[in-house]
Amino acid sequence: MEFLGLLNYWIIIVLMMTGFYIVIAHNNLVKKIVGLNIFQASVFVFYITMAKVKGGTAPILAEGIEVYSNPLPHVLILTAIVVGVATTALGLALVIRIRDAYGTIEDDEIEARENEL
Amino acid sequence: MVFMAATSFAVARLRNLFGVVMLTGIFSLMSAVLYVVLDAVDVAFTEAAVGAGIATVLMLGTLALTTSEERVSEAGKPVWALALVVATGLVLIYGTFDMPPFGDPYAPIHHHVAPRYLEKSGQEIGLPNVVTSVLASYRGYDTLGEVFVIFTAACGVLLIIGRPKRGRRRTLRMKVGEMRHGMRQNVILRVVSKLLIPFILVFALYVQWHGDFGPGGGFQAGIIFASGFILYALIFDVDTSRMVVPSGVTRLVLALGVMLYTGVGVAGLLRGGNFLNYSVLAEEQTAGQHLGILLIEFGVGLTVAAAMITIFYTFARQEH
Repeated sequence: MEFLGLLNYWIIIVLMMTGFYIVIAHNNLVKKIVGLNIFQASVFVFYITMAKVKGGTAPILAEGIEVYSNPLPHVLILTAIVVGVATTALGLALVIRIRDAYGTIEDDEIEARENEL
Repeated sequence: MVFMAATSFAVARLRNLFGVVMLTGIFSLMSAVLYVVLDAVDVAFTEAAVGAGIATVLMLGTLALTTSEERVSEAGKPVWALALVVATGLVLIYGTFDMPPFGDPYAPIHHHVAPRYLEKSGQEIGLPNVVTSVLASYRGYDTLGEVFVIFTAACGVLLIIGRPKRGRRRTLRMKVGEMRHGMRQNVILRVVSKLLIPFILVFALYVQWHGDFGPGGGFQAGIIFASGFILYALIFDVDTSRMVVPSGVTRLVLALGVMLYTGVGVAGLLRGGNFLNYSVLAEEQTAGQHLGILLIEFGVGLTVAAAMITIFYTFARQEH
């Protein structure tokens, strides 16, 4: 039981580390943003996992229900998702702008171009 | 969750960025399902609308403007990265042994303000959906901040790529022109989208005004409304959709939403309460709360929808 209780957290860590790996090991900027998104999603799942109460239901008040899951993390993550897509759009806009200036979206090629100048 | 992990591995391995974007769409749909299982219906709603809709469209727009194939780097290089990642992961797993087990009602997170929200919000705010109460009333400041972040992000996108260069404009116009011609020729796409779009917009309005009672609210409604427009723009034409809603109007609405939110806060001040205290807006406390929450949710919905449409227009104009 103790083992199963932590399984969710472990998968979250695997997800988080996959995102982290994509960010640091890949040169492509779009891929890096996808990696950041996966990292972000793992944090979202982490919060929602913590909010869950065994035997609880969704936090919408109704007759005859005693146990609700914790609404506070839900609020935080709900707004974070929308903010996340707005900031992703900002990142993608930067990628397009970089492509304009350097003609590539590969990190090392940009660096090479930079050294030439 | 295991499926999510598998998808993320596929994302890491795959070189074709088009495939990667499709996989992230699937990834967020699966996380939406997971949120439902974990009782977070509001969050699931948002994730499904954002992840499968707008994020994917924006990613694809970027790919159309840049490249859809990742260059294969020399082998053996990411070993250090892998080692670092595994080491960090192991440390984090060691950290989880101090975490409370999954679903434990005695976990510290459930013992501070959360019980108060659950017990009192019914009387103080008078709304069944506790998530909405907390979002709009108890934590109104936070949400105002989030709305400003979205506003700023949309402004940033406008500033960075608001004015496309001439040369690229012309070359891309031809390419996209061909594609769009193909889309417009497709009768099934046109008919189905014509049928669907009114329902999407009506559903967005339902989500907007019903958010106090069921899952929903300004954030979700804004996203759904925007995706209705974006669907129209994708299948017909960005120019046609811009005739329906000019980009000047979306920019105006973008600011209007933030102003409505802040204005409700100031109205509370003028009526002798604190900033963003809705109880003073009407004779009765709960009536004031209802009014305040309804108005600020509308402000949130306006800003989110306008921000998403503005961002989409800006991306679309790049290729046009």
